[in-house]
Amino acid sequence: MALKSSPAVLGMLTRLSRRSFATSKALASKPVTVRDALNQAIDEEMERDEKVFVLGEEVAQYDGAYKVTRGLWKKYGDKRVIDTPITEAGFAGIAVGAAFAGLKPICEFMTFNFSMQAIDHIINSAAKTFYMSAGTVPVPIVFRGPNGAASGVAAQHSQCFGAWYSHCPGLKVLMPYSAEDAKGLLKAAIRDPDPVVMLEDEIMYGIPFPMSDEAQSKDFVLPIGKAKVEREGRHITLVCAGRGTDTALKAAEQLAGSKGIECEVVNLRTIRPMDFDTIARSIAKTHHLITVEQGWPQSGIGAEICARVMESPSFFELDAPVWRVCGADVPMPYARTLEAHAVPGPADVVDAVTNVLGNKISAVQAQ
Amino acid sequence: MSKLIPSAAKFLAGNTITKVTAPVVATNAKYSTKKEATFEIKPYKLHKLDQGPATSATLTSEDALKLYEQLTILRRIETASGNLYKEKIIRGFCHLYSGQEAVAVGMRAAMRDADSVITAYRCHGWTYLMGVSVLGVLSELTGRRTGCSRGKGGSMHLYGRNFYGGNGIVGAQVPLGAGVAFAHKYRADGGVTFALYGDGAANQGQLFEAYNMSKLWDLPCVFVCENNGYGMGTSVDRSSASTEYYTRGDYVPGVWVDGMDVLATREAARFAIEYCNAGKGPLVMEMETYRYSGHSMSDPGTSYRTRDEVQEVRQTRDPITSFKEKILNHELVTPDQLKDIDAKVRKEVDEATKQSKTEPEVGIEELSADIYYKNLEPFVRGIHPAAPLKHLEVQPRNH
Repeated sequence: MALKSSPAVLGMLTRLSRRSFATSKALASKPVTVRDALNQAIDEEMERDEKVFVLGEEVAQYDGAYKVTRGLWKKYGDKRVIDTPITEAGFAGIAVGAAFAGLKPICEFMTFNFSMQAIDHIINSAAKTFYMSAGTVPVPIVFRGPNGAASGVAAQHSQCFGAWYSHCPGLKVLMPYSAEDAKGLLKAAIRDPDPVVMLEDEIMYGIPFPMSDEAQSKDFVLPIGKAKVEREGRHITLVCAGRGTDTALKAAEQLAGSKGIECEVVNLRTIRPMDFDTIARSIAKTHHLITVEQGWPQSGIGAEICARVMESPSFFELDAPVWRVCGADVPMPYARTLEAHAVPGPADVVDAVTNVLGNKISAVQAQ
Repeated sequence: MSKLIPSAAKFLAGNTITKVTAPVVATNAKYSTKKEATFEIKPYKLHKLDQGPATSATLTSEDALKLYEQLTILRRIETASGNLYKEKIIRGFCHLYSGQEAVAVGMRAAMRDADSVITAYRCHGWTYLMGVSVLGVLSELTGRRTGCSRGKGGSMHLYGRNFYGGNGIVGAQVPLGAGVAFAHKYRADGGVTFALYGDGAANQGQLFEAYNMSKLWDLPCVFVCENNGYGMGTSVDRSSASTEYYTRGDYVPGVWVDGMDVLATREAARFAIEYCNAGKGPLVMEMETYRYSGHSMSDPGTSYRTRDEVQEVRQTRDPITSFKEKILNHELVTPDQLKDIDAKVRKEVDEATKQSKTEPEVGIEELSADIYYKNLEPFVRGIHPAAPLKHLEVQPRNH
């Protein structure tokens, strides 16, 4: 396909070609932004379970710093949608304590950069308590908020925390891409009895995606720990999550059009537990792998994927070494051009694919 | 709420505050005891409160025996723990509560079923008081399967009904406690949470964050500072610009309590429960107490304070000795009754100690048990790729 359209439209086209059990066909293709999908998820889960409540800075009367919790305070009131002071260590601790006592808090960090103030509670109080108590104290909490690079917010506000949180046993770590991902994963996270870190993306909040009827049902939940093949391909596998998926899909478009290279794009959806099976099946098909992420290279998500490939039979399926496409190993600069060069764009993925496939491109094109 | 009549007040005034060198026990043991007696309590200091806890306490003979037993058992558990540590059967950290028993026992006596507690790592006594057996406590310290956390938590991570540990990070338990209080309020179940911390933790920023939110939202949380004079090797004067810990909540009212008097701590906790239950919001309490041991077993506790100081407290302010003297003098109990309790406690703790040495650890397969309530990993990565572990569910789930 040589379309120049955005992934959203591409997604819509592939979805329309699938059979759907829509009661109303008009709903099947109505686009929903990631923000609205998250909002729906929280609303539905609060309605479903009295124990679910939201706390964080500006979540109530301001409707959310990024409007993810818009309308919820009006609907549920002070008891269940709570504005906190700017005291992350304190309110994250309070949220975890409430989870110890059996409530189901959704603790919003305005961005995950601020979660570092509360990281002791996320790791030592939330992630480890079930194990330390030999299974007697569950911690059913969700920590959510925007993660990673935004636009022009500079170094202290642009870090990706996927690697840090996915490092720790006891946590589940999600990184949605599309609106469907956002809704299904957040609902799953809220229902999950373990501590879940939901790493959203501020830039993706405003992007509309088609939502199937199924996805609009109040019981629509995506399985945690299962990746999704966003695009099938036979020449090379691109493993990504979050905004990296958008980048990979755009690159895949370009490569298909200009060079006839078909990329299989695997959207992880969950970083921990990682769905290595889907990656392995894809490698068995394409024999080439690139990881795409926005975070820094050292000890990153791509590094983890490479290590798993090395330690598994997938190693023998590779015809070339794995490459990681990631954020440059620098603190995020402010100046526009510098910033653009600090995170990977589709052109960088195209470059990497070209390198990994090496001089096999002519062979590929000949197929 | 004082039940004290003026003449009794005069009579009692001397007894409870005088320093004595040895307990006074009547040589003619009386075999009949009084049903109850009233004791005066050392004055509290109040911060932004017009009224404080009751300044006298009535104690029945039944309660006297119960409190004595609990104080004694807590002391004995800690002595046993210290010995087990010296025998290298307890490893890692072990923070003893000896000297501070009156705080926990008194508070527990005032607590109701609905109330909850969270504390830091000096938690063995609290764990017992919140319903875990002596064996459950000691064998957790020795890391065996009969431990209340199956040996997977250790000295700092014991839990029980309405008891949220046992927390290793100084100060972290305080916002957690405010969160438990939040849940009590959310559910309107009438429960109050006691969140305990030491003078060392009292300067942590997250405490002030917890005070702020608790006051803003009227959470039923009682913040209890167990001031034992030292944060590890640092005396309060060297760590705190203000050592008036009961005032550190600023806009949160506070009470200073003599933490060596089990009746004072009981009345203070009663007052706190009533206060929070009336929806008045949080309280701070400072219970002045003392620890005989060092900060932990790796600290002899003598490099930053004199042996004389420790001895003096033992001889003049010991919570058990002074309580024993009180109840004997007021004929609430007989010496024989107390001897019986001593023997009973000794036996119970000695047996549990023995068993905590001989019980095995949990099976090696539990290394990867109960990491998640709902595990989604097909396997748990072990030390190297050829040795994968399997996630087990050992604790029953309520699925």
